[in-house]
Amino acid sequence: MINLRLDTGSAMPAYAQLVRQVRRAVLRGVLTPGDRLPAAREVVAALALNPNTVLKAYAELERQGVVRSRAGLGTFIADSAPAPVPPGVQRSLRPGLDAWLERARAAGLSEEAVWSLIDSAVLDAYGADVA
Amino acid sequence: MSAAIEATALSKRFRRVWALRDCSLLVPDGHITALVGPNGAGKTTLLNLAIGLLAPSAGVIETLGWDPQRHPEPVLERVGYVPQERPLYPDFTVGETLRMGRALNSRWDEAATRARLLRHGIPLDRRVRHLSGGQRAQVSLALALGKRPELLLLDEPAAALDPLARRGLLTELVETVAADGVTVVLSSHQISDVERVCDHLVILSGGRVQLAGDIDALRDEHRLLVGPRMDPAVAAGDPTIISARHAGRETALLVRRHAATPPAGWRAEPVSLEELVLAYLENPAAGAPPPPTLVEAAS
Repeated sequence: MINLRLDTGSAMPAYAQLVRQVRRAVLRGVLTPGDRLPAAREVVAALALNPNTVLKAYAELERQGVVRSRAGLGTFIADSAPAPVPPGVQRSLRPGLDAWLERARAAGLSEEAVWSLIDSAVLDAYGADVA
Repeated sequence: MSAAIEATALSKRFRRVWALRDCSLLVPDGHITALVGPNGAGKTTLLNLAIGLLAPSAGVIETLGWDPQRHPEPVLERVGYVPQERPLYPDFTVGETLRMGRALNSRWDEAATRARLLRHGIPLDRRVRHLSGGQRAQVSLALALGKRPELLLLDEPAAALDPLARRGLLTELVETVAADGVTVVLSSHQISDVERVCDHLVILSGGRVQLAGDIDALRDEHRLLVGPRMDPAVAAGDPTIISARHAGRETALLVRRHAATPPAGWRAEPVSLEELVLAYLENPAAGAPPPPTLVEAAS
């Protein structure tokens, strides 16, 4: 089960924040096909969040094929969800990232500055807005 | 999709002062609408017109399809109202307060109201004067919900509550909406609360509707354009520019209905709800309202 959070004041709308958290948990392998998402009502209560906003996030996740809702049972991570980054790939890529972050920290960069560099590098490499 | 409240060219004048001027807006059914604006913008006046406590000076307001002046009974029966000052009798116990609610409302739901208070640990034999601010807010909300309203109007429901009590009240509100589908209008100065709880927004400023619509759609329509410093006079003439800041070598423009790609040398960034609301409030002349339509009100 995932604990969804909300960052008010973010440039990202609430429903999009929920979508991103679930997608990222899938990519990290924290959520795998068959895992149940909290019921929309539980998210509403836990975050004091507008019910339509939660339903919109769940509908968007279903549209993207990340989750599948089964009537009366709940919402589950679907088989069509994006594949997680394979552990081997994570293991081989992570040291380079750690080393780069160590150099950034040594150069005196704040976390925010690091993100701004990463965001713009990802934007250049993949073209899509990662915000 | 229908409207819980529909105002057309609605105006209200107190002696020589226009509290509301030529307001046209739709509050959509099944949503939680935020009424945002500076003090004196007309938020409370609008709520009082919707429930029929005030009569319009000009224009029309319909609440759940009824004119609240000509048909007060169906409106009062179906609309719950929690005014800002939370008028509870301090010498009544909570139980006596419920008895009053039961006596005054034909659709009163005693069991649900008791369950609601029990859930928040509010004893029925305690006098209202001995309740905390958060408990009083919960009792006021329970009293308004006890009549099983189709529409709930809340005037700054969480003002002056500590963070925990405020969260408790908002949670109660959204859980009720999720369970019963009641339509809600709430006025608030807390944009972070609005972001959590609301999905529809009306910005009132100087008695006029400055901006209204589905919050996600409005956020999608606005961007912060950041680029080389420009002549402030050029920015001032463009109606799609809601606010402009010029600092150092940069100009930052908050724009509406932006082009798909920003001009060369400019980057477009999404805006937070707070940035969006503040941009309008700081520039009362911005955002000449397009005529409201039900399509725009839909999510």
